[in-house]
Amino acid sequence: MMGAAPITTTDEEATSRASLWRKLVVRVPYVWLLVFFLIPFLIVLKISLSQTALAQPPYLPVFDLAAGWRGLAAFFGGLSLDNYRLLTSDPLYVLSYVKSVEIAAFSTLILLLIGYPIAYAIARTPRRWQAALVLMTILPFWTSLLIRIYAWMNILQHDGPLNQALMALKIVKEPPVWLATETAIYIGIVYSYLPFMVLPLYASLEKIDEALVEAAANLGCPRWKIFWLVTLPLSSTGMVAGVLLCFIPIVGEFVIPDLLGGSDSPMIGQTIWMEFFGNKDWPAASAVAVVLLCLLVAPIIVYQNQTMRAEARE
Amino acid sequence: MRRVSAFNVATLAAGMAFLYLPIAILVIYSFNASRLVTVWGGWSVRWYGELLTDAPLVRSALISLRLALTAATASTILGTLAALALVRFGRFRGRLLFSAMIYAPLVMPEVITGLSLLLLFVAVAADRGFWTVAIAHTTMAMCFVTVIVQSRLVDFDVNLEEAAMDLGASPLRTFLSVTLPLILPAIAAAWMLAFALSLDDLVIASFTTGPGATTLPIRIYSEVRLGVKPEMNAVCSIMVGVVGVAVIFASLLAKLTGARGAPSQ
Repeated sequence: MMGAAPITTTDEEATSRASLWRKLVVRVPYVWLLVFFLIPFLIVLKISLSQTALAQPPYLPVFDLAAGWRGLAAFFGGLSLDNYRLLTSDPLYVLSYVKSVEIAAFSTLILLLIGYPIAYAIARTPRRWQAALVLMTILPFWTSLLIRIYAWMNILQHDGPLNQALMALKIVKEPPVWLATETAIYIGIVYSYLPFMVLPLYASLEKIDEALVEAAANLGCPRWKIFWLVTLPLSSTGMVAGVLLCFIPIVGEFVIPDLLGGSDSPMIGQTIWMEFFGNKDWPAASAVAVVLLCLLVAPIIVYQNQTMRAEARE
Repeated sequence: MRRVSAFNVATLAAGMAFLYLPIAILVIYSFNASRLVTVWGGWSVRWYGELLTDAPLVRSALISLRLALTAATASTILGTLAALALVRFGRFRGRLLFSAMIYAPLVMPEVITGLSLLLLFVAVAADRGFWTVAIAHTTMAMCFVTVIVQSRLVDFDVNLEEAAMDLGASPLRTFLSVTLPLILPAIAAAWMLAFALSLDDLVIASFTTGPGATTLPIRIYSEVRLGVKPEMNAVCSIMVGVVGVAVIFASLLAKLTGARGAPSQ
């Protein structure tokens, strides 16, 4: 791009100014992300290897620059894997991880089953309606998660609209308990993450060439078979993106299980929150977070590869 | 002309009802005159009136607005620069790490982002309060901004920039008079979405806030944990309204310019 600049007397000066701008454009956001995204993770890793202390900050060892090399040696000597041992020995943590992954896996499956027909229906409507339908699907996502979950607290409460409707329609004799159950967590998650599933699915369904479907139909292929052999495989990128976009954040979800679920078996996001705000055990909270990140690192890398490939294709 | 099958219409209707009914019920109940949330006592704006007399709530709302303005502006600047770097500067050193740092926050669980930023602030002994939350929100929102601006930059005809530079415009001049006007709608849309993200966030703000900077979601969360309250129905309805208007406006803006940018279609 710079090579296209005209040759003038100030060419050299202009080029050096241009490369200065170039550097600035890259480096400012780069440094910001290094400082506020990458380095914090290293600190979490470090603190997960530290001990709890009744001090400010509440962990040991604290890195002491003034003590020089001896300080550095003491610092590394003070690190230990104790917090990780705690995680494996206490069933509370193990259960919490298992529960989070289980809830995330099942709710992602439900999301796929509900989201697919919706995305398919949007992709099959006339083009001029599609943008509006997509907007309508995203719109609830931009209102606070907290508010959407609160709306469900309203609906699911004991004498709330749902039970009133069920009683009026004589579907149930006794109003069922919804709040503080796992069902409520599933409802909340499916409700909140639906746009994340529908959008990538729609994006890949919308790109499918209709001629392929018509060709299959002309050759006498039954409709379910066309769907199974043509549409479904061609939308696999969208399915992978949607599944990852839902599964990864759901594993670490906090607000939904906290407001809709019971207190007996917390999800891992709640465990981190509790360790941090309740027990004030920062090293333990950090260790829980590091293990969570390790669990999620594989799906995150798959997701990133896919996004970058899509970006390269454009 | 495509015909929409009855099954697809039913799916869409059910899907949209599922998405909008809960919010509609919340808004309707916010106009309920009765203190008992589940008993209908007739229409009233009583709870909206009571909100205005709730001084801590109003204070939190003002803090949240100021925070969202700050974070949206900062993240829009940083996110736009990042998008330019990714789309226009091809392969630079550390590009892989850079794009990884852009995409990871989009799916990162908020508890991890919040905890890690807090530990950073503690490590450098920063006073926690308005500015630490602003930094945290800027970091979270800038990645969304980058993705939006990036998609606009990808669609954009590079020849326009090259023509300007061939005619002797400096890169900065080219950016200001060619690139910026063309991507401005995407930037505006990104700003509004960053604003909404900041206004809505509970988890990251809870970790990174300090005394005197209780945001509106933190205040709502502490009330709502104890159960459903009519005042909270009113606050939430107001927030739904504000965010809804902003997003519809943003997407109309994006659509308007999308049409202008692609006259051939």
